[in-house]
Amino acid sequence: MSGPVIVLVEAPGDEPDRLSLEALALARGLADALGGGTAVEAVLVGPGAAASSASAALAGHGVAVAHVPSDAWLHAYAPAAWAAALGAVIDARGAAAAIGPGSDRGSEVLAHVAARAGLPMAANVVAAEPGVSWHLTRQRWAGALLEDATLDAPVRLMTAAPHAFSAEPPGVGGAPAVVALGITLADRDLLVRVVSQESPVEGAVTLTDAKVVVGGGRGVGSAAGFAIIDELAALLGGAVGVSRAVTSAGWRPHAEQIGQTGTRVAPDLYIACGISGAIQHIVGCKAAKRILAINKDPDSPIMGVADYAVIGDLGSVVPAISAEIRRRRS
Amino acid sequence: MNILVCVKRVPQTGGRIVLTADGQEIDRKYLGFTVSPHEECAVEEAVRIVEAAGGQTAVLSLGPAEADEQLRDALALGIERAILLETDGGEWDPVSTAAAIAAAIRDQEAAHGPFDLILFGNESADGGGYQVGIRVAVALGRPVVNGIKALTFRDGIVIARREAPDGGWETYELPLPAVVGVKEGLNLPRYPSVPGRIRAKKKEIERVLAAVPDAGSVTLGPRKQLLRLPVEQAAVVEILGRGPEAAPAVVDMLVQIGVLS
Repeated sequence: MSGPVIVLVEAPGDEPDRLSLEALALARGLADALGGGTAVEAVLVGPGAAASSASAALAGHGVAVAHVPSDAWLHAYAPAAWAAALGAVIDARGAAAAIGPGSDRGSEVLAHVAARAGLPMAANVVAAEPGVSWHLTRQRWAGALLEDATLDAPVRLMTAAPHAFSAEPPGVGGAPAVVALGITLADRDLLVRVVSQESPVEGAVTLTDAKVVVGGGRGVGSAAGFAIIDELAALLGGAVGVSRAVTSAGWRPHAEQIGQTGTRVAPDLYIACGISGAIQHIVGCKAAKRILAINKDPDSPIMGVADYAVIGDLGSVVPAISAEIRRRRS
Repeated sequence: MNILVCVKRVPQTGGRIVLTADGQEIDRKYLGFTVSPHEECAVEEAVRIVEAAGGQTAVLSLGPAEADEQLRDALALGIERAILLETDGGEWDPVSTAAAIAAAIRDQEAAHGPFDLILFGNESADGGGYQVGIRVAVALGRPVVNGIKALTFRDGIVIARREAPDGGWETYELPLPAVVGVKEGLNLPRYPSVPGRIRAKKKEIERVLAAVPDAGSVTLGPRKQLLRLPVEQAAVVEILGRGPEAAPAVVDMLVQIGVLS
């Protein structure tokens, strides 16, 4: 019988975050393939980890046990401390595999676990199959390329590629049994930790949570040109995203960049204005449910991934859309 | 401040990726090479820190003989010294890469004195393993943080900031010597000057054979079998119109898909 598949589940507030729930989907698939009633177990971390609502929210996600650290030090983010907690559960439970969410934190913690244990780690996995060697498929170039690889190790460490799995509960199992996780952290585990935080601007819609993202590229022409992009985003209650050309030109802050070296978004609608569609940008927006491209060039690469398109100059098209929305609302 | 920056030679991709017939690598016939944008920012930051506070800078890359091109790019921007950990050109997994880099850093420090700060890109553009910098730090027993978009210093401490999951910012403080993985957005890298390029051309690059780890003593991987392009569903584009006259059709669509009521 196989040891369990352990998942690092981050609970920033009362509930687990979306990428952690996605990682649970990869874990369930692996547990099923391992057979013999292999269990999925969670290690809950983050400020909400100790809240009963966080473990209760795992009901239906097929999680048998939730390990909840009793050490308050594990509530604030400290990569090595979170790695120590995950490593302790991996050892204690004889885990077959451990999976982290495909977030900055998930990747960082799994890399620490791997480095400390001297084991390989596969980042951004989209499919995995146990066997004598485990066969897995992982993303490269932020998903523009796939790599089929093998992973041979006593514990298989990986992260789940963002938005490659569903976060919806399949309705398997009830709320997990909660087990207190008592570990002794070494000073070195807490040497690097979040010492202060700045909250986001009140009421601002973040790129990762936005239902609508209005993206502007080189075609917007200037920093001032973004007024019409900001206006449309505000009317739709969405966020503004930009291409790399825009941040390289200094027109907008890097925090708004969508793409391989920026944020990867998954809104209901992505409106790409004056964006040609280089690979490094497409990988950041292709998880959108729908894409509307507004571009002068009907042959630009963005048209290859768009569901809807308006052929024309964004300088006249975008204000016309904003005006039409206002007209219908009045 | 004595700073080392680690960079990786990667193909420069534009509109699409083409693979070689055996599916082992990207067809690089028509491609130039570069380093990840994250690493461009790491190089720029090292140069700025030393310009402001004094010190020494070095750049290191594990890769084929041709990776001296990326090292010279860094020298042209103002990095003083370059070390190439030369491989036979094949792709190294993250475990092997980190082990060879950590060993080389120990040798460099024995010869030239300790590095106060070692900078990596958050992840390489091509492999995207998200781990080499962390593995090197753990091997060297130094504190490490990834994903950093702002760096300042105070009394032997590096203050590092990164974007928080909630859209805000979070701050870390690491005692030096430390390892930091940085992201694009840390700064806007400068373009190399002509004198910089000429200076870089004349500089000697230290070439060291990269140490292949003993596969019997460590667990390597993941092991690449095949690269392939994802099968994309051919999107059928619905043209909603041309020019501003398309606005009503766009708003109809927004209502239809439920983003506007």
